[in-house]
Amino acid sequence: MELSGGEIVIQSLKDEGVEYVFGYPGGCVLHIYDAIFKQDDVKHVLVRHEQGATHAADGYARSSGKPGVVLVTSGPGATNAVTGIATAYMDSIPMVVITGQVPRPVIGTDAFQEVDTVGITRPCVKHNFLVKDVADIAETMKKAFYLATSGRPGPVVVDIPKDITDPNVKVPYQYPEEVIMRSYKPTVSGNIGQTRKAIKLIKEAKRPVIYSGGGVILGEASDELRQLCHTLNFPVTQTLMGLGAFPGTDPQFIGMLGMHGTYEANMSMHDSDLIIAIGARFDDRVTGKIAEFCPHAKIIHIDVDPASISKTITVDVPIVGQVKPILLDMLAQLKSLGETFDRARIGAWWNQIDEWRGVDCLAYEKNTDTIKPQFVIEQLYNVTKGEAFVTSDVGQHQMFAAQYYPFDKPRRWINSGGLGTMGFGLPAAMGVKFAHPEADVACVTGEGSIQMCLQELSTMLQYDTPVKVINLNNGYLGMVRQWQEFTYKSRYSHSYLEALPDFKKLAEAYGHIGMQITKKEDVEPALREAFSMKDRTVFMDFLTDTKENVYPMIEAGKAHNDMVMAPSSKYKRILA
Amino acid sequence: MSRQHIISVLLENEAGALSRVSGLFSARAYNIESLTVAPTQDPTLSRLTLVTVGNDETVEQIKKQLNKLIDVVKLIDLSESFSLERELALLKVKKTDVMVQKIENLSAESLARVTDDTDDYLIIELTGEKVWLDDFLSSVEDEVLEVVRTGVIGLSRGERSLTV
Ligand SMILES: Cc1ncc(C[n+]2csc(CCOP(=O)(O)OP(=O)(O)O)c2C)c(N)n1
Ligand SMILES: [Mg+2]
Repeated sequence: MELSGGEIVIQSLKDEGVEYVFGYPGGCVLHIYDAIFKQDDVKHVLVRHEQGATHAADGYARSSGKPGVVLVTSGPGATNAVTGIATAYMDSIPMVVITGQVPRPVIGTDAFQEVDTVGITRPCVKHNFLVKDVADIAETMKKAFYLATSGRPGPVVVDIPKDITDPNVKVPYQYPEEVIMRSYKPTVSGNIGQTRKAIKLIKEAKRPVIYSGGGVILGEASDELRQLCHTLNFPVTQTLMGLGAFPGTDPQFIGMLGMHGTYEANMSMHDSDLIIAIGARFDDRVTGKIAEFCPHAKIIHIDVDPASISKTITVDVPIVGQVKPILLDMLAQLKSLGETFDRARIGAWWNQIDEWRGVDCLAYEKNTDTIKPQFVIEQLYNVTKGEAFVTSDVGQHQMFAAQYYPFDKPRRWINSGGLGTMGFGLPAAMGVKFAHPEADVACVTGEGSIQMCLQELSTMLQYDTPVKVINLNNGYLGMVRQWQEFTYKSRYSHSYLEALPDFKKLAEAYGHIGMQITKKEDVEPALREAFSMKDRTVFMDFLTDTKENVYPMIEAGKAHNDMVMAPSSKYKRILA
Repeated sequence: MSRQHIISVLLENEAGALSRVSGLFSARAYNIESLTVAPTQDPTLSRLTLVTVGNDETVEQIKKQLNKLIDVVKLIDLSESFSLERELALLKVKKTDVMVQKIENLSAESLARVTDDTDDYLIIELTGEKVWLDDFLSSVEDEVLEVVRTGVIGLSRGERSLTV
């Protein structure tokens, strides 16, 4: 088969089994767009901004486990995509981003819409390529998908000069079955000796905690994690990225950990004698003050990326490899031990944890006239029976969603944890809807964040991807305001949003349904009404308490046992 | 404890591969004392030698992060075993009797030689271990007009080697 470069790009996507490409056309990708026009296997979604394309592809990937695919033009198309590429990179999301480049003969001449895409994206991709010959396109595409989806996943950029996509130059096409790269051999199974050491520590542990992260979801190992946790009867905490891998409603779950983690999770970490870290990377939002992180604990760390091991926290037993085979290996070894790991084995530890749970750290003031953001999330949980896919933006609303919507399944909670990208939520929700057309999809956002990628409401109408937007409108860049309240004596420097649009009308202008909810008693009925409209996007503008804060909070640089509690709590600040 | 490490890397000889290495060092605020790179006998591979200073944890991270780069095929830390290191320097000095005498002494040990003699200016070629070059250069600091150094290269001694 002889194909042009433009056709090869699209045929490669087809041979990869790609369903959707999120993109935006421009000069340097016109040949590729012409190839798209002539087929209908690979469907193209025309977004309204390239950032939206990357977040949509990312949401598609996070919710489905399949790589997200993006196609943008050179210059501004590529630079607009950078935020979304970096977002995917920080959370290890598999994505292939195809960028047009100016024709080879003018590269380096400051040609119209030329930027050094490979240079700009280099620090925020797993790898990138500038393709220099039409004969190399197919193999490069294969490499891009292989790199994006294997080992520790991540975004890969393929930069393609316009002249090698010329429809008049055809070359023989064959999509490679596989590619072998001598310089890239991700570790699969873990070292048995290391697993044996881990089991020995597990046997001796008196105050163990399982600390699991997004790697378990990426590694499709939620079932194995559940089995391990249920075999051991150890308490389980999860990171913001890991929520849903272990069920949020399971009695063994002690809540999220870290800056806005639960009291019981953070105290357990602090007092633990054995941390079993699984697919988690000891992020600074999790560890707090490094010098006082888990002072009494031995640490086992399972991770696919050797560079994650002992990066910030030195660990005792590293196990490098894919999380699934490692957990299966641990389960097999535990079985052959023939010991019982019932709750009673660590009864004193569970009693201590139950005491901490008694603090009820997520309690919030309920006797108010205002709508509390936490209440909206609880009602969202009730109305969707905990079954929705929930995306979020970044801020207080994100933390409330993570704290008050327990996820029982992996890939249901979709947020930008690593980069913390405002503007992520809405396009990501659209991407989720492409992957799961029948599912309920909610985007929990704030009036600040939603305005960063609002234009995708238009795309959502065009492609009929109904989403429920839960706008927790507090009139503030709430998370910024909270930090200013805590550390800058309430000097609210530029965190108050004046001249907000009428979101109801705005939604209507985009052809969707808008609602404004101002009363507490209307919250639940409004949600029911919105979710009953299966085929419509509904923008729900909840006017919430303007000064609510996220609690508990470990202030930046403080230790796990130093938490600020809600003012309504009898504890205020607990420094254990 | 902070000490010097010489890391030898086999790198795919691809456009941009070097910038991935240098970009990694600047992005993660790792220190580079010197970095030298050239193609090997196998034209698809370059060999890069870099000298960095750091404590064991930092250098361990540097090696892991280097290995994580897709273009890095293999690396070894020469400082972990018995190895040989060399650096070449060229320096320009005014031709004086004192200088000529100094160089003659060194030439006896084949550590230095005059490579060029033009208009009363000498270019001297020095080869040796980095510390030796450092010492010599500081001893002639006041007389030297211009210096250029290649940066350190090295090989491990005996059987251990870096090949694909
Ligand atoms: C693109 C981007 N710019 C700035 C920030 C810093 N930031 C973090 S949270 C936040 C406030 C978000 O406000 P809003 O969306 O209204 O959410 P709220 O905290 O009020 O729930 C800001 C500005 C960010 N995370 N992302
Ligand atoms: Mg807000």
